[in-house]
Amino acid sequence: MLRLEKRPQPSRAWAWATPVLAVVLTMIAGGLLFAALGKDPVEAIRTIFWDPLFGQYASYSRPQLLVKAGPLILIAIGLSLGFRAGIWNIGAEGQYIVGALCAAAVGLAFYPSEARWVIFPLMIVAGALGGLLWAMIPGLLKVRFGTNEILVSLMLVYVAENVQSWMALGPLRNPEGMGFPGSRNLAQYPAAANPELIAGTGMHWGVVAALLAVIAAYVLLSRHLLGFHIRLTGESPRAAAFSGVNPGALILICMGASGALAGLAGMFEITGPSGRVSIDFNVGYGFTAIIVAFLGRLHPVGILLAGLLLALTYIGGEVASLTLRLPVAAIQLFQGMLLFFLLAVDVLTNYRVRRAREGTA
Amino acid sequence: MTEPLLRLSGLTKAYPGVVANRGVSFDIRPGEIHALLGENGAGKSTLVKTIYGLVKPDEGRMAWRGAPFAPGKPSDARAAGVAMVFQHFSLFDALDVAENVALGMENPPPMGELAARIREVSDTYGLPLDPGRIVGDLSAGERQRVEIVRCLLQDPRLLIMDEPTSVLTPQEVEILFETLRKLRSEGTSILYISHKLEEIRALCEHATILRLGEVVATCDPREASAREMAEMMVGSALHRPARAAKAPGEVVLQLDGLTAASPRPFGTALKDVSVEVRAGEVLGIGGVAGNGQDELLLALSGEMRTAAEMVRLKGAPVGRLGPTARRRLGLLCAPEERNGHASAPDMSLTENALLTGGVRKGMIRKGFLDWGKARGFAEEVIRGFDVRTPGPGAAARSLSGGNLQKFVIGREILQAPQVLVVNQPTWGVDAAAAAAIRQALLDLAAGGAAVIVVSQDLDELMEISDRFAALNGGALSAPVPTGGLTVHRIGLMLGGAHDMEVAHVEA
Amino acid sequence: MFGSIDPLLLLASLMVAATPIVFAAIGELVVERAGVLNLGVEGMMITGAVCGFIVAVQTGSPLLGFAGAAVGGAALSLLFAALTQYLLSNQVATGLALTLFGLGLASLLGQGWVGIRAPSVPDLPLGPLRDIPVLGPVLFRHDPMVYLGLLVCLGVWWFLNRTRGGLILRAVGDNHDAAHALGYRVVRVRVLAILFGGAMAGLGGAYLSLVRVPTWTDGITAGAGWIALAIVVFASWRPGRLVIGAYLFGGVAQLQLNLQAAGVRVPVEILSMSPYIATILVLVLLSAGRAPGCLGRSFHAAR
Repeated sequence: MLRLEKRPQPSRAWAWATPVLAVVLTMIAGGLLFAALGKDPVEAIRTIFWDPLFGQYASYSRPQLLVKAGPLILIAIGLSLGFRAGIWNIGAEGQYIVGALCAAAVGLAFYPSEARWVIFPLMIVAGALGGLLWAMIPGLLKVRFGTNEILVSLMLVYVAENVQSWMALGPLRNPEGMGFPGSRNLAQYPAAANPELIAGTGMHWGVVAALLAVIAAYVLLSRHLLGFHIRLTGESPRAAAFSGVNPGALILICMGASGALAGLAGMFEITGPSGRVSIDFNVGYGFTAIIVAFLGRLHPVGILLAGLLLALTYIGGEVASLTLRLPVAAIQLFQGMLLFFLLAVDVLTNYRVRRAREGTA
Repeated sequence: MTEPLLRLSGLTKAYPGVVANRGVSFDIRPGEIHALLGENGAGKSTLVKTIYGLVKPDEGRMAWRGAPFAPGKPSDARAAGVAMVFQHFSLFDALDVAENVALGMENPPPMGELAARIREVSDTYGLPLDPGRIVGDLSAGERQRVEIVRCLLQDPRLLIMDEPTSVLTPQEVEILFETLRKLRSEGTSILYISHKLEEIRALCEHATILRLGEVVATCDPREASAREMAEMMVGSALHRPARAAKAPGEVVLQLDGLTAASPRPFGTALKDVSVEVRAGEVLGIGGVAGNGQDELLLALSGEMRTAAEMVRLKGAPVGRLGPTARRRLGLLCAPEERNGHASAPDMSLTENALLTGGVRKGMIRKGFLDWGKARGFAEEVIRGFDVRTPGPGAAARSLSGGNLQKFVIGREILQAPQVLVVNQPTWGVDAAAAAAIRQALLDLAAGGAAVIVVSQDLDELMEISDRFAALNGGALSAPVPTGGLTVHRIGLMLGGAHDMEVAHVEA
Repeated sequence: MFGSIDPLLLLASLMVAATPIVFAAIGELVVERAGVLNLGVEGMMITGAVCGFIVAVQTGSPLLGFAGAAVGGAALSLLFAALTQYLLSNQVATGLALTLFGLGLASLLGQGWVGIRAPSVPDLPLGPLRDIPVLGPVLFRHDPMVYLGLLVCLGVWWFLNRTRGGLILRAVGDNHDAAHALGYRVVRVRVLAILFGGAMAGLGGAYLSLVRVPTWTDGITAGAGWIALAIVVFASWRPGRLVIGAYLFGGVAQLQLNLQAAGVRVPVEILSMSPYIATILVLVLLSAGRAPGCLGRSFHAAR
């Protein structure tokens, strides 16, 4: 019989090795899953992880890597701050939507003005502010009434989705759209567009923002008192209070930061890759970002890598659904599996597995 | 000689890196109170857990009335007639007394009948209890009664008691002893675990002394002196802290009508606590666990805010300030729970040095951290207080209790506080470390700081404090000079016997 | 504006609307009383919904469908149990993973079942009770699952407060170290509670796909699992209050549907977000209970 024994301190080696191990295990389990669906597992794995980067149509799919990784990383960086402190904002999808809507509303209000240097920055501010305010709702309720932030932030995703379809069908609908739902295309409105900065790379302002967020989060967590307070609160809330952390303020900061970054991600998406406010422009980045954050071990650099990997599964999944007729849902399952395996092997970071002399209590 | 009730032969139990028990053998005879003596970490807990079926020994045997005895789980031990009162109570706050008792029994009767039996037993043995009360609302003493009643309802042949008196006033201890003597007269054996030598001399007729997992001596405690037993327990002569008599200076800390609700469920509210502490003096605050010690610490550290004037530091009201601001002014604290309150267990000692040392040691500049200084400070504490650890990069949880406590206390002392408040500074710490910590506190006071020591260990308080005050139900008695205080007087200050009564001894 | 809404019909359909929540929430209540926070209710519900639907359509028997749903939900919860109880993973993260995984799994399993109608579930033949004026249509013309849900709640109340097993379960949730010291198998109790929670969530999900909708569509649960979690908090972990909370929620959900159908001059989206907003309001204003002492904490028997 095997038993677990707590390590005197967490293993650094395993902290880096577990995500890799989780990816390998997911590939194996995913291969079995694809085999069960009647596909050649090796070909499926290759289609998802190799072809988008080096395959026949890689020149088309490679830029998509950054396009998809940008919002995932941006959102996940924000979430990781809260997760580190034990503050569970899982409604990033809602904050992403509201950020996008606020930014779009500001942009469309100026239509057809051409003052890009006023409009685009204003939209950035509006996007961040929208996400921040939406995240403040669960934040303030938690601080003031002790309400569970997990449930409130998640409920607000459904509210945001309804606001989104209301906006797409009502106030923000394109007046020249001949009655079709959806707003004007912001990507085609030069003053508000978030274009590809270097042709053929997928690099846009959102990706720049994501990289800046990675650097800022790294500095914050390793060099700044606030980052120390965030980590301390997550490790031991009582020790944090003793040290002088104000828990309420920390909740608002973490919720606010994650909301603002999610709102920014929505803003860059609605002005670029997605372009229009429609009833379903959101594709679940807010939820996938939770996986990214954990897979990256809540570490900024890890999140950068995990974001790229998850982006790859999105693109690979699309390719696989076209070429192998692999159901799109299989990719969602695949991503969920990845998180499961990570959580399962994570035990190795904090515990040693030993063979026990039979049955100790 | 009669056949022993329980015979332990060569019990050995090893954990990775430490041998908790090595070849432990002794007998417990029917109807005797047998003391098991040893320092923290001597292996007492592992041994009783083995008897109670919670731990399986690696080697060795036990015999119960001559027959092989190897309980695989606590219910096996209970079925044989072993009952145990735990040091850290095995009670459930959210459940009522009757439910708690039922959980410790093999085949509890229906609830109505059980309540009646609880009343009956608690009456017979002078342990008043209301079966319908929620356990979380009970005092520490009352909670212990729940445990004892739970054991007595099973008519045990062997009752194991792990440090039972740490939550009782001296008067309550006397009453407990009466109960135990009555049980002995009824033929029950008691294995009594403690490190309080005077108690053992008063109660037990046989003592087994453990050191580092091995039996080092046995004796009759009524004939051995406390000093002899202490030296057998520790393995060397004890160092007694030295203190220089000194006239106290001006008032540094002043509590004025400090009143505050507890922030925790089942906590104790502070009621009108007023006291003054002077530079250079050590004020000892005694009290049975759960009488407001934690709340007092929170109110002093700044984790719990009060009205501004309720806490004054050198005359300035600080009741509304948070921990960081108070530290800046020189008011430092070391809470009781070293793992998870005074330190973050999974963080390194360097990070834990930053936890409280940031402001006074200049580790923070415009919000950015100077890790070099933090590591330097951690090394200073490690050196200055002889903390045994590979280095400042080690996680706090990898340290032994005594070493972590030295780190925590040292971290505050080396910040040169004007007032230092410590709660249970030597709880669960080996004798050598405890002596070092007490000496350091005395040196700090000698250097001109005001020191408040909150402790449940009365001997400790008598040893190091100039004045003594008692916390009882969240209220603080007026402090009195320590010299000339009798145990009886202290007991009354702590709340006397509360509502306990002497067992109705008829034997 | 309420002219076109029949209050009796509203009350009757309220019981139906509340039933999925009743099942999912009572299961989670038991899990949380054992000290485990399983945030994967949504994932287990939707897995139950798809398993139940497939089994029911394949066999033509709704009864077998519900059984399949319970098994499906419990099977998924077993994953959660293995991770949190044996591998000591963080319960919040694992619950989220369970939801994400369950949504993907259900979506994958449900491919090819979209647009089929589930075999209908007949009402419970309650004879003359059905014809009592007012009460008959409101209370006594429902399918058996509506009543089963209430029975389960009653059973859970009885189990928790009147049996030794329930006492042990509460003890484990209040203080797992003390329960271990007394010799109770903390992990075993918790695994069983988690399995029960999974089975109940599965039943709740199947009620959506077999009775309430009754076809399979992607994302059929639409947050019902999360609402069930909120109802448990609102109920202060007590079965009686849980039924009230679920019915309150069922009322709001049903009322907004009726208002939509009645063509009230409020944007449809505002109406459809109202159950979620109502849930938030209830959480803020009406929850006062004390959570089980060890809720969400991992148990590892050291020495």
